[in-house]
Amino acid sequence: MPNLVRTLIGLALLLAVAQARAQLEIIVTDPGAQRSPIAIVPFAGEAAVGTSLTAIVRADLERSGLFRGVEVPPLSPPPTENTPVNYGEWRSRLADALVLGSVVTHPNGRYEVRFRVYDIVKQAPLGAIAYVFTKENVRAAAHRVADFVYEKITGEKGVFSTQIAYVVRRGAAYELQIADADGERAQYLLRSNEPIISPVWSPEGRRIAYVSFESKKPVVYVHYLEDRKRQVVASFRGSNSAPAWAPDGKTLAVVLSVDGGSQIFLLNADGSGARRRISNSASIDTEPRFSADGKWIYFTSDRGGSPQVYRMSATGGEAQRITFEGSYNVSPRPSPDGRVLAYVTRNAGKFQVALLDLSNRQVQVITDSDRDESPSFAPNGRMILLATVIGGRGVLSAVSADGRIKQRLPFAGGDVREPAWGPFIE
Amino acid sequence: MRAILIAALCSAGLLLGGGCATTPEDQAAAGVESRTAPGGKPGADTRAVQPPKVAAVDITGKPSASALAALKDPNNILSKRSIYYDLDKYDVKDEYRSLLEAHAKYLRENPTARMMIQGNTDERGSREYNVALGQRRSDGVKKMLTLLGARENQIETVSLGEEKPQADGHDEGAWSKNRRSDILYGGEY
Repeated sequence: MPNLVRTLIGLALLLAVAQARAQLEIIVTDPGAQRSPIAIVPFAGEAAVGTSLTAIVRADLERSGLFRGVEVPPLSPPPTENTPVNYGEWRSRLADALVLGSVVTHPNGRYEVRFRVYDIVKQAPLGAIAYVFTKENVRAAAHRVADFVYEKITGEKGVFSTQIAYVVRRGAAYELQIADADGERAQYLLRSNEPIISPVWSPEGRRIAYVSFESKKPVVYVHYLEDRKRQVVASFRGSNSAPAWAPDGKTLAVVLSVDGGSQIFLLNADGSGARRRISNSASIDTEPRFSADGKWIYFTSDRGGSPQVYRMSATGGEAQRITFEGSYNVSPRPSPDGRVLAYVTRNAGKFQVALLDLSNRQVQVITDSDRDESPSFAPNGRMILLATVIGGRGVLSAVSADGRIKQRLPFAGGDVREPAWGPFIE
Repeated sequence: MRAILIAALCSAGLLLGGGCATTPEDQAAAGVESRTAPGGKPGADTRAVQPPKVAAVDITGKPSASALAALKDPNNILSKRSIYYDLDKYDVKDEYRSLLEAHAKYLRENPTARMMIQGNTDERGSREYNVALGQRRSDGVKKMLTLLGARENQIETVSLGEEKPQADGHDEGAWSKNRRSDILYGGEY
């Protein structure tokens, strides 16, 4: 518990000012999809915080596409986590799951949320926990509650407490921003008059590598989120781009033109040591991404005449072609469980996100827009964040890995692009 | 060409009158010769100081003012800095031959001059793949310039991918202006 308090207070320092507000628009493209009805009774005492914690929890769970909030009439007295549950009564309200809780205000000004999750169908409690938080961190606390509920009911970790990074362009100004996974509490890490592309989170979530054009050419930086230190890690003669973290957090794959062409190299993420070249072709080799187990590097190459996805051992060597359908398959992103590869494919001039099942080679195009870029898996593999263009403006969009649920995060003002979904927060 | 000719004549010892520059390492200390009068007293036998002719070598990296002015003169072909490409093409079209010959000549005649070539693409497709495609364009321009006599280490090739379009539209009219290589000289980047 003290750890969580520390974490939440740390987050308050890190996320001091909200720069941009985002509103989520959820589009469930398959209305037949089964969404589990869940009753989340407003927590007794939450009014003292000034923000409805349970409203944030409900919005989180609905955004996953797996849940539908059940309307609950005002109950008197308001039930808490200690109130005995009448399963028959909640069954008659057509809820499959129930969350009851309360918020206590401590004398030191902190709050404590305590809650319990119930399976109404099986008539069994699923678990209970309490979190302490400060007023500024009510959203972070609500995301923790949603993660707990999600995990107790689905058996999988939730991603509501994770963060996303992306680039916003307004005229000639570029900002690298981070925000909560729901697009709220956005703030910038870097503001520049030159483009910023390809942000990627380090495995532990405390560093972001990206490419900045501030020196009139692409240079790779590692940005430390806590102290805002930024370090040049690749500024060789020529172009330096496409950073990717190895799962150990110590190694970066990058694409350099220093030896001619565009080839993949490994570097130490702290900038020490020498570069190690691991691709060796006369063609373009770019967009490296490590598999979650660190054994493979997936990358884009035009060695076969058109850009396609290949993979090689993470130490280099022979490459194996992975995509075959179509003449333009780029931006490979292996899923966290290693079973699926997301990438961008061109179909009749439209750029869309496709998923390739690596065991049976089945391909499924999961978006229907036409300028999709930069797919990024949620750390639990359930959703994919991507950049697309709607009405001439860059927006972020999220699609469930089965393609049935789509969401948009239309930020106020500017073009939003280059999304990167951060890791689980410990 | 003139520079090459002069260098050849120098090495053959064919040019008279101190017109040949030598590198500093080769050059003995030159300058004012001070003489002392036989009586040991300065000023007793003063002669006019006649420094020997010095052939200056400037390695600070600055081409002459007139050479620099040529780069900006709208009437000079050297002020033309962009090479445009057809869709999915990376080779320099014949129409840019005289442009590249002029820039190669400038680099030959100003060995201290430095150049950056920035390759660019249109907006379609992956940003990172476009960085690689832009690199292929700038590398192609460098190859031509070195074939025309520029030295390899004078030219750095980079890519800006699709990030710095010249035209903002979303049609072929704009895209054709954005598939390009831009030439910059030292001091401009």
